[in-house]
Amino acid sequence: MTCLTVTDESQIPSLSASEEAVGLAVKGLHKDFGEQTVLTDINLEIEPGEVFVIMGPSGSGKSVLLKHMIGLEYPTRGNVTIDGKPVTDPATLLEVKATLVFQAGALFNSMTVFDNLALYPTEHRIYDKKTIREKVMETLRILSLEDAVGKFPSELSGGMRKRVSIARALVMEPQLILYDEPTSELDPIMAATISEIIASLRNQAHITSVVVSHDRDLSMTIADRVALMLDGKIHLVDTPSNFQKSTDPQVTEFLNPKIDLANPRYKAMK
Amino acid sequence: MTQVIRALESIGDTVILAVRTFRYIGTIPRQFHRLVEQAFLIGYTTLPIVVILSFFIGSVLALQTGYSLKGFGAQDFIGAVVGLSMARELGPVMVSILLAGRVGSAVTAELASMQVYQEVDALRTMNIPPERILVLPRLVAILFMMPVLTIVGNVVGWLGGAVVAAYVPIVGSNWDAYFQSLRNTVQFRDVIDGLVKAEIFGFFVILVACFIGLNTRGGPREIGHSVTRSVVVSLILILVLDYFVTRALL
Repeated sequence: MTCLTVTDESQIPSLSASEEAVGLAVKGLHKDFGEQTVLTDINLEIEPGEVFVIMGPSGSGKSVLLKHMIGLEYPTRGNVTIDGKPVTDPATLLEVKATLVFQAGALFNSMTVFDNLALYPTEHRIYDKKTIREKVMETLRILSLEDAVGKFPSELSGGMRKRVSIARALVMEPQLILYDEPTSELDPIMAATISEIIASLRNQAHITSVVVSHDRDLSMTIADRVALMLDGKIHLVDTPSNFQKSTDPQVTEFLNPKIDLANPRYKAMK
Repeated sequence: MTQVIRALESIGDTVILAVRTFRYIGTIPRQFHRLVEQAFLIGYTTLPIVVILSFFIGSVLALQTGYSLKGFGAQDFIGAVVGLSMARELGPVMVSILLAGRVGSAVTAELASMQVYQEVDALRTMNIPPERILVLPRLVAILFMMPVLTIVGNVVGWLGGAVVAAYVPIVGSNWDAYFQSLRNTVQFRDVIDGLVKAEIFGFFVILVACFIGLNTRGGPREIGHSVTRSVVVSLILILVLDYFVTRALL
């Protein structure tokens, strides 16, 4: 597998947003699944072109929040708007190009990699067939996936599937990309590559990115702001440098958990 | 009581799925390749088993009625019995049952696995309604293929009856008498009524298969449960609808 580092942002000329970046606002968001409350009073303002990272322990509601941001889940109370338009209104996602990179890829398993990438521009008749082919091949080249073009997702490694998923999002030329754990299951070099791509998309194409991640390196390096979610609530929102300087015990515990063999956490949990 | 409410909700949601799907009917020319693909999967690959099943249903029908009618010296009416039974009832019902088992189960399995593995969510995030590309081509394809499958089933069933009538000594009829009786009794209207039934059954089998598939939650075991539920619901629906449609057509 060819390793890729996007140190030169001119490598991604085609990955530009076709329109201006959009802002995203979450107001008073509350979500219950039956008896269980998953999100409580979430309020966020994400600026156009910002890379906003949401961190937090597993089960804190990060992925559910992300699904609300693209209208895959409906809030029990509150709302999410993109450029002031409610995301639950189907017309909003016709006007704004937004996409989600799923944690498990969510590639179409009965389609080849090429068809996975070509589906969006073909269905929305954005370009002619020749241009779609060129765009798809260029995106695959940038992510070092040319060899995978005719393969089915089941024939790819976990890391390659993740990259195809990102490539599929990039072909849409989105104004807003939501990433659910984009660097999980990736080796450190590939994780760094993905972080570089997200940062490059902000710097060059001014694409708004919301990233759910446990990856501290990614969060502290490329984020404009970082949020920490605990038990379905936003605990803290700040810049990466302030985040690292925070003396809040829950923040320091999350960023630098100490392995205490004398008093292991699982015993405290009991 | 909760189960009754849930069943009524499911019926309502299935109707909503059908309405949402047919809102995209104008996209069919753009999706012609999907329509052809589904017509091939539903029709062409189901055809051999329809032929085998229909031939032997016609044969058994001729054998049973021939053996019974011979005692009254009425074996020349075998053609009428087989012809009418196949055209009005057994042809459409057997093809629909076959469709539920062979195609309905496959459709549910495919859509359920797409739902469970978030492929349907991915379509929604791309602003591609799953009803448009997953449900519509299948529903339209079945409307084209059901009459074809039923007519083939009828004709092969009639031939199966004719072979038994002509060549099985205990039935004791002949080729000419069989077809003479069939021609005198079976009207064009009987065939059309059978095709109307087949269209209705086929449409509901695929609609139910799509609905159950797209509403699957969980993992591989739930996909299996959905496939079973899809086949069972379809079979019950075919038989219940059969009564009401037959009543309406009489």
